[in-house]
Formats: sequence, C-alpha cells, structure tokens
Amino acid sequence: MIFIKNSVTRKNLMAITGLFLSFFLIIHLLGNLQLLLPAAEAQLQYNSYSHLLGGNIVIKLVSYVLYLCILLHSIDAIYLSFKKRRANGTSYSYDRRGRASSWYSRNMMALGIIIFVFLVIHFKDFWYHYKFGELPVDTNGNKDLYTIVVVAFEQLWYVVLYIVAILALGYHLLHGVFSAHRTMGIYHPMYNRIINIVGKSFAVIITIGYIIIPLFLYFNLQS
Amino acid sequence: MKITLKIWRQRDCQSKGEFKEYHLDKVSKDMSFLEMLDTLNIKLIKQGDLPVEFDHDCREGICGQCGVMINGIAHGPLKNTTTCQLHMRSFNDGDTIYVEPFKASAFPIVRDLKVNRSALDHIITSGGYVSVDTGQAPEANSIPVTFEQAEAAFDAAACIGCGACVASCKNSSAALFTSAKISHLAQLPQGDKETSTRVVSMVNQMEEEGFGHCTNTEACEVECPEGISVLNIARMNYEYNRSRLMKK
Ligand code: HEM
Ligand code: FES
Repeated sequence: MIFIKNSVTRKNLMAITGLFLSFFLIIHLLGNLQLLLPAAEAQLQYNSYSHLLGGNIVIKLVSYVLYLCILLHSIDAIYLSFKKRRANGTSYSYDRRGRASSWYSRNMMALGIIIFVFLVIHFKDFWYHYKFGELPVDTNGNKDLYTIVVVAFEQLWYVVLYIVAILALGYHLLHGVFSAHRTMGIYHPMYNRIINIVGKSFAVIITIGYIIIPLFLYFNLQS
Repeated sequence: MKITLKIWRQRDCQSKGEFKEYHLDKVSKDMSFLEMLDTLNIKLIKQGDLPVEFDHDCREGICGQCGVMINGIAHGPLKNTTTCQLHMRSFNDGDTIYVEPFKASAFPIVRDLKVNRSALDHIITSGGYVSVDTGQAPEANSIPVTFEQAEAAFDAAACIGCGACVASCKNSSAALFTSAKISHLAQLPQGDKETSTRVVSMVNQMEEEGFGHCTNTEACEVECPEGISVLNIARMNYEYNRSRLMKK
C-alpha cells in the first residue's frame, strides 16, 4: 500500500478512509450525546455504555479498522503533499489564484494537522486513561469515565481546544465529504448536487453536535 | 491610458527570473492584452533591448497557445477568456499589472513568459485518440449519436489545452485537461470502445509527466477559458476505477 505511486488510487484510499472516519463520527456523536442527560443518570448510563463498548469484540475490531484508517489517511496526506510540492516547482511571485476556490479546500492538510494533534491529546486524556489508567468506579461498578470527562471540561482552555479542533474538523468535512465522492467517481450532475447538499449539511450537523457537548458541560458546571 | 508593467524576465529554465518594470503611456482601451505586449516589444526593440517572449498564435481564443498569469490569475481577471481575448478595458488608467509565466514542474520555462507545454501533448499521444482504419470516409449516419450525446461530448472537446487549469491548481494537477479528453471520447460510440485502456494510459502518462493530484478545489473550472466542467474529472476517476477493478 505504501508503494502505490498512482495519485488517483492514492486519493481513492484517502476518500474511503476519510468516509469511514466520517461515518464513525456519527456513532461517536450519538454515544457522547448521553453526556447531556441529567448528571446522575448520565453518569451511570455513560459509564455502562463505555463498559459495553470496551468489552465487545465487534467494537474492538471496528476500532482497529479506525486506527488503521487514521494512519493510512495521514500517510496518504503526507505522501500526496510531498508529491504536490514536487509538481509545483517554483511558486508564483504574485499569486491571486485564491479567488477561484474556498480557503478550506486549499488547506485540507493544515486542518488535518490540527485534527491529528487534537486526536493525540484526545486519545491520551480519555482513551489511554480509560484503558490503562487507574479509575474510580461508580455505584454500578463500572469505571467512572463520566467524572473524568466532566472534570476535564471544567477548564476553559480545554473547552477552547475542543472548539478549535471541532471547527477544523467541520471545515475538513465541508470540503472532504463531497470531495471524496468526486474522487471515487460520481460524475452525474444531479447526484453531485445531492451529495453537495448532504455533505455540507453533514459537516454542519457534526460540528454543531460536537461543539454542544463541551459547551454544555462547561456552562452546566459553572452554574 | 498609462500602464506600469511588472513582467517576469527569465533567460531560460536554468537561470533565475525576476520582475522587471516597464512603463507604457499610450495604451488604448481597445487593445488586446497581447497587442499591448506587442507595443511594449516594439519599444524594447527600438531601444535595443530584448523583447519579451510570449506564446500566441490564433489570437482569437481557439488555439490555446497564449496564456500567462496576469495579476496572479491565469489569463487575467476576466473569466472564461484567453489572454488574447482579454482587452485593456479590463484595466484602469494608472494600473500596475503583474505578468508571470504559468509555473509547474511539468511546464519548464523556455524564456520570459514562454513555457514548454509538451507534457500535455504527451498525455494526448498516450491515448487521446480513436483507433480507426483509414480509408474511405464512413457513412455519417451509420453510427447514431443523439443530439444530447454530441453536445455533451463537444462540451468536453472544447478544451483548447492552454494549461490554465494546471497553472490555477494549487497542486499543479492536469486532471481537468486529461479528463476532458477522456470524457469527450468516452461519450461517443467511436471513442467509448477504448475507454478502459485509454483512461489507464492517459492517467499514467499524466503522473509520469510530474503533474500533481486533484483535490477538487475546482479552481480549474473557474479559470478555464472554455469553462470545462470539473465533473469530467469525476468521470475520469470513475472510468479509471472501473477499468482497474474490472481489470478490463
Ligand atoms: C476524524 C478525522 C478525519 C476525517 C473524518 C477526515 C475526512 C476526510 C475526508 C472525507 C476527505 C476527503 C477525501 C477526498 O478528497 O478524496 C479527507 C481528505 C483529506 N484529509 Fe482528512 N479526515 C480526518 C483526519 C485527517 C488527518 C489527521 C489529516 C492529516 C494528517 C487529514 C488530511 C487530509 C488531507 C490532506 C486530505 C486531502 C484533501 C483533498 O484531497 O482535498 N485528515 N479527509
Ligand atoms: S492565441 Fe490562440 S487562444 Fe490565444
């Protein structure tokens, strides 16, 4: 896979992995919306949900595919941007080409890097902590991830970090979802119109959905 | 009108280039951009300087020979026009205009504003044709082609190969150019027969020439003098994937 030179094939891989990650975002959001329940209820439900996921073999397999997707997607991104740099050669001294396209479509790599850095922090603070850390248990005997999450979002800087990362993800998806379908070869004008609308709505909904959670936790704890 | 020009001067692809400043006093609004450059060149020759090299041929927007970056945009500010069809009325008295050659690794600079776009020809040579036996002209109506089909194929065939798509692309991708030809031939019964082999060899040639990949920013369609649709790129991807997956 590392040795594929053809950029059309490379981009297909990027599109498939990107779309799989996007699909995961829906499931991940739905699960995390449980954090918005009243505190006592949310604690028990969220912890038992996390426990359930942790013990399920199917979820485990899917999670390995997810890690692989993030890896392949990032490797592809890096490979293609090196290739692009070689293709560009010397740059323009006076460049106004930006008028013809959106800023986020031109900066997918920068947005991706923000997402990646965020993912590292996100994994370390919750995933690693949950899996390998010493956690208190709740009244049901499940590891109390809920409290870890809630305590984390008491800090303003943490909330800001999340919002920045989610906005980056939102713009990444705003271009990415529709771009992926083009890459995979959907050329009919009508389907393209539909995908454009659905893809953009998806990006907006995901962004709003994910932003609500840290904001809600932060302001809920303040009051 | 009075115009200040900052023109990219470069001896050849090895040497370093730079903007040189020139002033023109009596520019008419009705001059085309190339006529304005001609005026400058006459002045330069009279002074004993080397004229500015630039490509052109038909000067009526159909050959695709002309093409420079004007104020940082391929073929200048006016959309869907070639450099030769751009007129000085698109500018104002006293303007400073930056003129630079198209830049991409696959387009080495020959001199000043002139670049070598043979890479595009190599892509066409690799498969942008229909293999038919020559001989008597076939009966025109023996292969029915609907009006819609013919129009759609012609929309893609309108590409003049100027290279503005490559110049406008942040990745220097030739996807729009290559896909226009693939799409043109794939939509006609005479061309469709060879689509699977054509798409693979043309995409491979495009890669070999050192063009970048497509990230669907769609800047190429916006700046294309012929307004070639980016959906052709999606069609190329479709045909490429189909050909690879079906091993046709
Ligand atoms: C949850 C995480 C992510 C999701 C859901 C996601 C989603 C997507 C999607 C759907 C695409 C479109 C593929 C295409 O144009 O064919 C894409 C493209 C891209 N992604 Fe991601 N991505 C994620 C993370 C990342 C990361 C971590 C990086 C960088 C290290 C990255 C860099 C890129 C780049 C450079 C592109 C290509 C842009 C283009 O071709 O227009 N992405 N992503
Ligand atoms: S000179 Fe022929 S298109 Fe401009």
